[in-house]
Amino acid sequence: MKNKRLITRTIILAVMALAVGYTLYANMNKDKNQKIVIGKPAPDFVLVDMEGNKHRLSDYKGQGVFLNFWATWCKPCEREMPYIENQYQQFKDQGVQVLAIDSGESELAVNRFIERKGMTFPVLIDEGPVQAAYGINPLPITFLIDKEGNVVKSHTGELSEEKVREFMEQIKP
Amino acid sequence: MNEVKCECGHVNPQGTILCESCGRVLEEKEKEKQLVDMRYEGSARRSQTYNKTFIDKIWNFFSSVKVGVWLIVILLIASSLGTIFPQEMYIPPVMPPWEYYEEQYGWMGKLYYDLGFNNLYSSWWYLLLIAALGVSLVIASLDRVVPLYRSLKNQRVARHESFLKRQRMFSVTDSGLSDEAIGKIKEELTKKRYKLREENGDILAEKNRFSRWGPYVNHLGLIIFLIGGMLRFVPGMYVDEILWLRDGETKAIPGTEGQYYLKNNQFILEVYDKDKDDEVFQEAIDKVGTVVKNYQTDATLLQKQGGSVPGEKPELKKLRDQSIQVNKPLKVDGFALYQVDYKLNEMSKMAFQLENKESGKQFGEVVVDLYEPQTKYDLGNGYKVEIMSYFPDFEFNNDGEPATKSRIPNNPAFIFKMFSPGKPEGEVSFVAIRQNLEPLGENEFKMTFAGVETKNVTALTVRKDLTLWIIALGGLIFMIGVVQGAYWNHRRLWLRRVNGQLWAAAHTNKNWHGLKRELDDVFSESGITAPQDQVSGDKKD
Amino acid sequence: MVELSSNFLFAAFILYLVGILFFGGAIKDKRHADKKNVPNRWSKIGIIITIAGFISQLTFFILRWIASGHAPVSNLFEFMTFFGMSLVGAFILIYFMYKTPLLGLFSLPIAVLIIAFGSMFPREVSPLIPALQSYWLYIHVTTTAIGQAILAVSFAAGLIYLVKSVDQSRRSNSRFWLEAVLFGLVCTLSFVFVSSYFAATEYQASFNYINKAGQPATEEYTIPALVGPNQFEPTSNDRFEPIVETPAIIDAKKLNTVIWSLAAGIVLYVLLRLILRKRVGAALQPWTKNINLDLVDEIGYRSVLIGFPVFTLGGLIFAMIWAQIAWTRFWGWDPKEVWALITWLFYAAFLHLRLSKGWHGEKSAWLAVIGFIIIMFNLVAVNLVIAGLHSYAGS
Repeated sequence: MKNKRLITRTIILAVMALAVGYTLYANMNKDKNQKIVIGKPAPDFVLVDMEGNKHRLSDYKGQGVFLNFWATWCKPCEREMPYIENQYQQFKDQGVQVLAIDSGESELAVNRFIERKGMTFPVLIDEGPVQAAYGINPLPITFLIDKEGNVVKSHTGELSEEKVREFMEQIKP
Repeated sequence: MNEVKCECGHVNPQGTILCESCGRVLEEKEKEKQLVDMRYEGSARRSQTYNKTFIDKIWNFFSSVKVGVWLIVILLIASSLGTIFPQEMYIPPVMPPWEYYEEQYGWMGKLYYDLGFNNLYSSWWYLLLIAALGVSLVIASLDRVVPLYRSLKNQRVARHESFLKRQRMFSVTDSGLSDEAIGKIKEELTKKRYKLREENGDILAEKNRFSRWGPYVNHLGLIIFLIGGMLRFVPGMYVDEILWLRDGETKAIPGTEGQYYLKNNQFILEVYDKDKDDEVFQEAIDKVGTVVKNYQTDATLLQKQGGSVPGEKPELKKLRDQSIQVNKPLKVDGFALYQVDYKLNEMSKMAFQLENKESGKQFGEVVVDLYEPQTKYDLGNGYKVEIMSYFPDFEFNNDGEPATKSRIPNNPAFIFKMFSPGKPEGEVSFVAIRQNLEPLGENEFKMTFAGVETKNVTALTVRKDLTLWIIALGGLIFMIGVVQGAYWNHRRLWLRRVNGQLWAAAHTNKNWHGLKRELDDVFSESGITAPQDQVSGDKKD
Repeated sequence: MVELSSNFLFAAFILYLVGILFFGGAIKDKRHADKKNVPNRWSKIGIIITIAGFISQLTFFILRWIASGHAPVSNLFEFMTFFGMSLVGAFILIYFMYKTPLLGLFSLPIAVLIIAFGSMFPREVSPLIPALQSYWLYIHVTTTAIGQAILAVSFAAGLIYLVKSVDQSRRSNSRFWLEAVLFGLVCTLSFVFVSSYFAATEYQASFNYINKAGQPATEEYTIPALVGPNQFEPTSNDRFEPIVETPAIIDAKKLNTVIWSLAAGIVLYVLLRLILRKRVGAALQPWTKNINLDLVDEIGYRSVLIGFPVFTLGGLIFAMIWAQIAWTRFWGWDPKEVWALITWLFYAAFLHLRLSKGWHGEKSAWLAVIGFIIIMFNLVAVNLVIAGLHSYAGS
């Protein structure tokens, strides 16, 4: 009899503790990116670059993809672009592709930016759908996608050249 | 378990103070008190009896009403702290929060921010307080309702003398105990909707027992309400997004995973007009200036057909047209779009004239689309304008260079290169609102402002809330419980023949004043003494 | 039509005042002191006059509704007068349950004070902004006001209890705080006097100043400015110049009103003390001589028990339903919502302490007083001082 009481009470307390624990945990994480799960496939998309060529993410299976989200008004994005360009030159023949997605700005602004910075990798403009699919909020954010098409890492914030090199090394097939 | 067997034959759970069946006082200590504590019918409140293990100690802690009241009071005080300064969600988005609080409210504001009070209601300790209250609700209710139910179900008609004489309302009558007198009492009781149970000449009259369950029902309602609140954190249960749409724009509705699209055909704003609207409002309008009468978005709802990958242009089918107004959201598939905000007259196009500064002669108009400006504008006859740089939301950055804050054309600025037959190499001019600079030396030409086109932008909140029905259910059950418990009183009257006397005792869970009046009424014509209040003796009314 | 309706409000106001006199007479009537349950003639007339006043105010309410096309509960003035009317209504109800004229002597002045206070705020009939254009406006606001009014009766009962039971001959915390509460009522009264006087003389003074955004702005004062805004410059002639200047984040005009109310309150209170030659609480005590403390305690408790579900329904449930429809979320933690929650939690604690912990008598009376202060805080401070979605246009 005593045991029955103990068991009942323990179960009830345990259930409530679990529920409260989950709620607190979810509350702490509610501002984190909900859309991208490390280890799962990256959401596919199709965008057109500044030369008019279509790029579909899934076409890059077999290669590592360095996916960078940026904008001209984002200072850290501007600072890291040259690093990405430099490392791209090193890694592009080793099966690493760079796709840079701009956050819905005008073609003029983006083109002028490319002229100034001299980027050679594909730059794509997204009006909203791809950013929504990736749950983008602060910029810059970079996703590393391996040759199977899975997201292996996401990094929010400015990258140093060393970090860029390290990341590209990581997704080299 | 050490059960207690009463003289009457009933077996009571351990710790019972009054026998569940006959009411005889079982515990020695209780016999010394004048009145018996009837709050839980003298039943064994579970937590008082078992206090051995750690689990029991936690259980007992949360079962206590004192702890519950403390939790309510602490929660109350904590909640008030969040109103000293505005919560973060209510401050204007002009600067980062940590700057805002210090700037607006000084060192107190900074302290407020450092303590995390700017987001008080979603802080871990506040949630923990609410959780503790929820746990208390569950345990305190379970602990009491089960024994109370048992007691009220098992109660006998004939209660033990020790029980009767320790009731707050009690009387003994020696004479005039005719059947007729008792009959009169029974008649009055029935008229007052008491349920009568008779056994060997003893009577138990009871009414409104259901009211005792009121508090437990309302606690259940609160628990369901809190469960609904918790479920919000489960992915997919709750969506809260905002959608800004310019006149004529079509965009995917955020939160719907690209399934639904909305087109803003037009945003309409109406103000109260002194002449057209009711004269009675005149004074108020004069005082305040403008009072908004109505604003709405005339929208078209579209659905994506077939699968498509983000970035591809989707095929859209029109579902319906609807005007979205405040208080009248657009609903689709569990989602609701509410008209919440708007921005009037956002610039969409800006026009300039290429003008010779000296002669004032103009050589052509350039209309710049502020969302997708062209790079080159050919005005003919060797006159051309090129945009070297475009800053939709212009500011000078920390290095003193021109830059843009965002892509929204709040404050457009341009670096134009003007080509003319006389100046084939081009002249550079920096043009912003109220600014026209010539950074590379004096020019022959300038771009003069020639007009602007604007569009309205509407802001809609996208909401999906699957927890709403649970929360509503919790609220409904709570209201039922509160009404059930507050507006009726559980009343009982015992009549027992003891040694030729008639013993009468009565009890109610609340509103003794009303019970007394009712009893006086019931006994008035019988000649038998109504139960008297053993507590305060002489009452003035 | 609006003017006609205002006349009815004024008539109601006068009738309530007369009612107070009659209830006062009922208490002092020594001839019938032995007949307890039979209300004497003074009481009967008093309640009839009160009911007449109630009907008159109801007429004001209906006429104003017709004139404006919506239920007149959309700004602070309208809400306060409706709240006052509900308080009178709640009193009438409880009077018929318990037949206590003394309750009238305490609740009617409070109702009158509330109506007078509300009348100090903008009274124009104004059209409804989109967020208020819903029948939920009527349902939520009226039910809340009625719930709060019933709860306010517990304040009146609590006051009576304290006035009778607190020993005025000994120093004690209770004696001090009771006097403090009465002082608060005196301040409210003096605010009414000050505002009315200056409104009648149409006093106006305006100042240019620098607001908290660093922008130049203008402030218009309707009572003389003792306290001026940040870096003020007077723009009207021959007007009283402020003695003190406030920093930009403090609203100088509101602070000025508060200072005036306190100062006038102190003056009025001192006058009262001089005239009465004892504490206000002590002066009121003889009026409560014949009341049964248990009965008053019971009235206090019953009004909370009856009012709590109504307040929950109006102030929380209906409020949440409407908020969900108009603002897309049923709860947003804005100051008004939070203070409604605080009020609810407080009265829940009251009921638990009473029913489970046996808190009766003086303890219960003090809780009722605190509860009313919380309600008034929500009505006044949250509306006028703390900004939020719920802010009514104020002074």
